[in-house]
Amino acid sequence: MSNPLRDMEKPDAIFCIGTNMTEAHPVAAMRIKKALRRGAKLIVADPRKIPLAKKADVFLQLRVGTDVALLGAMAHVIVREGLVDENFIAKRTENFAALGEHLKEFTPEWAETITGVPAKDIEQAAIWYGEAANGAIFYTLGITEHICGVDNVQSLCNLVLLTGHIGREGTGINPMRGQNNVQGAGDCGALPNNYPGFQPVTDPANQAKFREAWGVEVDIEEGWTKVRALDECGKKIHAFLICGENTVVSDADRAHCEHALRSLDHMVVIDIFRTETADLADVILPATAWAETDGVFTNTERRPQRVRAAVPPPGVAKPDWWIIAQIAKRLGAPGFDYESPKEVFNELCELSPTYHGLDWDLVAEGRHHWPVPEKGHAGTPVLHIGEFPRGRGLFMTPSYRDPAETIDDDYPVWLTTGRRLAHYHTRTMTGRSVGTEYLVPEELVEVHPDDVADWGLEDGEFAVMSSRRGEVMVKVEATDKSPRGTVFCSFSFSEVPINALTGSGYDPITDTAELKVCPVRIERATTSV
Amino acid sequence: MSSDGSSNGSSNGSPTLTLDGKVVPFETGETLYEVARRHTSDVPTLCYDERLEAFGACRLCVVEIEGFRSPVASCTTHAAHGMNVQTKTEKLEKHRKTLMELVCSENPRGVEIDPMRGHASQEMTDLAQRYAVDGTRFEGAQSGQSHPDDPNPMILRDYDHCISCYRCVRVCAEQEGDYAISIANRGFQTQITTEFNGFLKGSECTFCGQCVQTCPTGALADNRALQHTREPGEVELTRSICPFCGVGCSVDIMSKGDKLVGVRPAMDGPANEGALCVKGQFGWEWVQHPERLKNPMVRKDGVLVEASWDEALDRAAEGFRRVRDTHGRHAIYGVASGRAPHESAFSVQKFIRAGFGTNQIDNCSRA
Repeated sequence: MSNPLRDMEKPDAIFCIGTNMTEAHPVAAMRIKKALRRGAKLIVADPRKIPLAKKADVFLQLRVGTDVALLGAMAHVIVREGLVDENFIAKRTENFAALGEHLKEFTPEWAETITGVPAKDIEQAAIWYGEAANGAIFYTLGITEHICGVDNVQSLCNLVLLTGHIGREGTGINPMRGQNNVQGAGDCGALPNNYPGFQPVTDPANQAKFREAWGVEVDIEEGWTKVRALDECGKKIHAFLICGENTVVSDADRAHCEHALRSLDHMVVIDIFRTETADLADVILPATAWAETDGVFTNTERRPQRVRAAVPPPGVAKPDWWIIAQIAKRLGAPGFDYESPKEVFNELCELSPTYHGLDWDLVAEGRHHWPVPEKGHAGTPVLHIGEFPRGRGLFMTPSYRDPAETIDDDYPVWLTTGRRLAHYHTRTMTGRSVGTEYLVPEELVEVHPDDVADWGLEDGEFAVMSSRRGEVMVKVEATDKSPRGTVFCSFSFSEVPINALTGSGYDPITDTAELKVCPVRIERATTSV
Repeated sequence: MSSDGSSNGSSNGSPTLTLDGKVVPFETGETLYEVARRHTSDVPTLCYDERLEAFGACRLCVVEIEGFRSPVASCTTHAAHGMNVQTKTEKLEKHRKTLMELVCSENPRGVEIDPMRGHASQEMTDLAQRYAVDGTRFEGAQSGQSHPDDPNPMILRDYDHCISCYRCVRVCAEQEGDYAISIANRGFQTQITTEFNGFLKGSECTFCGQCVQTCPTGALADNRALQHTREPGEVELTRSICPFCGVGCSVDIMSKGDKLVGVRPAMDGPANEGALCVKGQFGWEWVQHPERLKNPMVRKDGVLVEASWDEALDRAAEGFRRVRDTHGRHAIYGVASGRAPHESAFSVQKFIRAGFGTNQIDNCSRA
């Protein structure tokens, strides 16, 4: 997030797109509700009538995968209505002329034909966001999990750069990070292109830095994304170390994923439960869990915070860092003589420019937002004040393109996937807790009541849902949360492995799977399960 | 009753008032309770939660102001320059004692409340002790009927202890923004209820538990933690961060000896300011679930069997060595977790980069 969570209470106009925030980030959503009581305008764009949509001043119910058209049209209106911040554009951006030319064809009327959102609603949303003294954008995987995820983000950046809603309290472009420490995993350099602190691995200066720090030769080329690595299993990739991820259930295209992992010569899983993924491993190593482990998480607002052990782990389970160090030492790798998580974290701080002013003791109270470039620095709650990392903000000109697969006679229904409040991802945790299990004990596919009738389905009865990659049996829930022609499922239940269906395409830059769009066919099940 | 001192500053900057004989400064717009709380922790209250609008329901925070005929509730009275305020006179304490006798009479089962019930559950009990009262003086009718029939396993609705402070209703509206519960009827018929007087599941309630944690009498209680009441030992609190989404809510983990017995929101957590959601509040029992992995396992003859650490680590290392020697360093791939702490992710990437000399490393953020 460019801005801290507390800023969510401060904008005059809030634009939430592709974020089911009251379910996926409920405590952050509280702050938006507070802003609304203060009189802020709320614009919500989502294919589904999510709870946040009921609180919106304007709800843009777009067809799945058409964000570029919607956002381009909003930018078109902002330019047409003279709501751009000319001073900001002149001082802090480049390529505005090209954008202006590019946006000409993005009329709201054209966008209506693509997105299904009435042109007047697109105009209203653009005007509210454009006029606001402080406008803020919030998004989640509804923006990124598309073949055009990068285009979607760049389209949002265009809105920010046009209006200058960045670099101030109560503004910004704010991706809400989904997992407790997914921000931290990136910060730590668990990426194929970056060392810790987002230092590119292809930069010779960085290579020299890590060569010296670790006393080893380092690779001078970027690695592959996990998506590519899975494609190469059994071909160029022969061993996997998977730490705390239930890849088989959480990733797109389950059959492909299972086949990939089964074709490995060697697979080691470090986890807390024997997940569907661990079942495929050659070696499973039992890890300490939350409440048993000392360490650091960094949250969505770039705030590193300490987690602490309160109870002992079961059996002989050990912290991840200890387990990995033991394997590394057996392979003769230098620099794994850690005796505490503090030593590991302090090494990260030493090597990372974003954490350089932090250490284990300083993060105890979680007062800093990174970057914290040197000791004594107060941290950086708001990013992009005065300047962007590349200097000027660059307007990009993404064009609309259809999802990887579009509906046809064989697969005439759009499936979109996501989360529910009571469960977390593949339910390894919430499926083993009494309260959350009570709230949502089974998976249901959400279908518009008229579609339930038209398609010969029945509320509460099983249906067979299939895509080009697989099929699942799932109970139907008739609800107008789903628009006609689009259905929704979470991927939380292994009994309804919804990712057996997904995996139609990947963003060409990030390799992120198009988990939000998958054409399917739904038929009444002839036998129940 | 309330007095607005907003326009009434002193000549030399910040306004002041006299509090129990001492001149103290205050910020324009502050209530007398806020000023008093900064200087003395002694002003009692049951309906106050600093995150919520002041409500003035319990009247325990009454103070005397020179020139005012009767005591006023300090939580709803703005401080004004030059006020002379007394917070602890004999008359006030007698008044408060009577109020506490009335409050305690709302608790037919007595005022001993299990502290496992919630963060604020001891507030009434503590004040009953301070004023040495129980519920016997005003026996008779009570408001609030318990809802033991609600089958939800998370929030116990034990309204026998309800004293109509409405903190639960207000936190649901003002903090959570859900308006799931409201007040029905008045007087002895007062009842905290959902829209159609039904169960919480099926109402607007999201089971965030904030009503539980602000309840000053334990009338709303954490029914997961209460399962561990008989567990021996004292409850210890350990400050940590919720393990679910990226918001990073601060929590206090409750343990008794080696047993995890509950989770509470940290009222001073920077990301959550006392709030949690259903997952963070009630979704923790997986930690000590019997299905947790307790021992390393290795595959032998196609079957995963338990092994010692040495055997499993040797097997893990040997497999990586074999693949490196056969297929080269780029044939090994590491996937770090977005769920585990930094020390895990940092170690995985260092293992891959320094251990093998390849950048074949990613985390689970692309799925």
